[in-house]
Amino acid sequence: MTQALDQIFVTLKHWAVAYFPAVLQPAVSILLSIAAVLVIFPTLFAVTTILERKGLARIQNRYGPNRVGPFGWLQPLADAVKSLTKEDIVPRSADKLVHFAAPLLLVVTAFLEYAVIPIGRNMVVADMDAGVLFFFAVSAAMELSIFMAGWSSRNKYSLLGAMRAVAQMISYEAPLILSSVAVAMTAGSLSTVTIVERQAGYSGIWPHWYVLTPWGLAGFVLFMVAATAESNRSPFDLPEGESEIIAGYFTEYSGFKFALFFLGEYLGMFAISGMAITLFLGGWSAPFSFLTWVPSWFWFFAKLLTLIAVFIWVRGTLPRLRMDQLMSFAWKFMLPMTLMVIFSAGLWRFLPGGVLRWVICAVPIAGLYVLLSSCMAESRRIQKRTYKFAE
Amino acid sequence: MNPLTGCLFVSALLFSIGLGGALTRRSAILVLIGIELMLNAANLNFIAFWRYGPHPEALTGILFVIFSIAIAAAEAAVGLALILSVYRHFKTTDLSRLDSMKG
Amino acid sequence: MTFLILAVMTLAGAITAMTLRRLVHCVLALAICFVGLAGLYLYLGAQFAGLVQMLVYVGAVVILIVFAILLTRSHEAPPQKKWTGLAGVCVSAAVFAVLAWAVIAGGAIQGIAGGQPQATMQQIGSALMGRFVLPLEVVGLLLTAALIGAVVIAMEEKQSAR
Repeated sequence: MTQALDQIFVTLKHWAVAYFPAVLQPAVSILLSIAAVLVIFPTLFAVTTILERKGLARIQNRYGPNRVGPFGWLQPLADAVKSLTKEDIVPRSADKLVHFAAPLLLVVTAFLEYAVIPIGRNMVVADMDAGVLFFFAVSAAMELSIFMAGWSSRNKYSLLGAMRAVAQMISYEAPLILSSVAVAMTAGSLSTVTIVERQAGYSGIWPHWYVLTPWGLAGFVLFMVAATAESNRSPFDLPEGESEIIAGYFTEYSGFKFALFFLGEYLGMFAISGMAITLFLGGWSAPFSFLTWVPSWFWFFAKLLTLIAVFIWVRGTLPRLRMDQLMSFAWKFMLPMTLMVIFSAGLWRFLPGGVLRWVICAVPIAGLYVLLSSCMAESRRIQKRTYKFAE
Repeated sequence: MNPLTGCLFVSALLFSIGLGGALTRRSAILVLIGIELMLNAANLNFIAFWRYGPHPEALTGILFVIFSIAIAAAEAAVGLALILSVYRHFKTTDLSRLDSMKG
Repeated sequence: MTFLILAVMTLAGAITAMTLRRLVHCVLALAICFVGLAGLYLYLGAQFAGLVQMLVYVGAVVILIVFAILLTRSHEAPPQKKWTGLAGVCVSAAVFAVLAWAVIAGGAIQGIAGGQPQATMQQIGSALMGRFVLPLEVVGLLLTAALIGAVVIAMEEKQSAR
């Protein structure tokens, strides 16, 4: 019974595909998987917009939107109607083709990232041999679309926002990819399905998730911080901060194209959370061995919603980082930490199990953390005031 | 026209386009783009011969291409740093203006 | 059919990259060319090479060139004399003719039409760490040297203390 509930979507798909002639069946199967992704994640996007606004509002001690529908829950509908009916203004000197193509490219790459994330047992759109690499290759293409958006608007602020965004995304790609290298090293494969299957065992009641190891915990935290930076979310949202640079690289977009940008950004956020869940939190596997009767896709979405809630929480709580602070954080703090995570993962593999292994693997990471944070604190000490022209 | 010949033609065409561009354009950055095109054409050649040649299980083609991509990235980085440095001195990237060795 | 579409995309991107006047358009056409090439590698079964091509070329080299264009403020390519374009086309055609002759006259390049060769990550990983470990380490050193060199060359000269 639980097995049937777990595989209900797979059986539904097989049943629907069986109606077609054998020649068309592979194509129809792929189309159905793609349709599922195209339906689920934009719906999740709509739910997240209202959750975010109400969540941020409560953190800031006010109500969120509460006019449309009961307690404001139909607000996404109002937003959709607004963005579809707003006039689409394109600046006269803007580069029309690039201006049009930028949001398209963003949404296409954002959707493409979902192809390798396993949503449940046997529920992945494309089981690629190098799934993790595919994910990062596609997210590298996403950066190009942000540059296109900023440059084609012929607006100094847009260009500045775009350059900052691209520099930020490139800098944080290095710790992102290196944290996942530690996972790929331990799992022995770059295929997301294999990585989740390796984490699906239990010893006692505790699962074999990589987040429950010292290097996995550090790697998970680093991955989430880098993911926040990659999605241009607060506290790394200098490129699109409303009080800094108007709206950054999407200043000149209005109406539907703005909604597409918004959609692309949130979808990117979900995809990278999905990848974090796959790499560190065990994908679709249940947290305790006595909870395996709950369907696998339920666990995936529960973890995804938890991570989204953490993103919203962090956005409402932490102040924005300045550009130079952001860049030095990436290169001087996160990159050495990820290298130490890789080293610690290697140690974990070759030491015999037990408490000693935990201590030996945790000590280098903790030591480097203390060292690096004291170095970064040094440079923030307030210096003696000097006057450049008044001497 | 079997697939191998098709790939080789594409690679040859890409190489000649890159070469023509690298030889005739006046902006230093366009010359660099031409060089990148030539490198990519050679990579395509390697992969085509890996796929359709003898001993594909030795993976030599793919590994050569991986190293070539890494080296091309390093070369692009250094080339662009040079272009930046030259710009700072001559205030232009127009190659026909870079005609003195002074400074 | 797929091959034809990818080849046309690659070549169109390459020709556009070499002939347009606005440099940022050239770079975007170059990105299209690289994506087409990554598609060709995936079509030929070299999965790792195609994905690395996307990651490194489209994700890094194109952005590097874009930064260089913006930092050197060369938004338009310098104008050329009329005959330069023609000379370029002649040179390209000549080189292509020689290469095509070499391909056709190369005898029976039938290509061994075996099945799709296997290039799993495991095999590539063991090859990199086994037979090709020396080139791997050397490439690591080379990349480090290139990184440091690029930073040193492009760094602004420090103003001497007043």
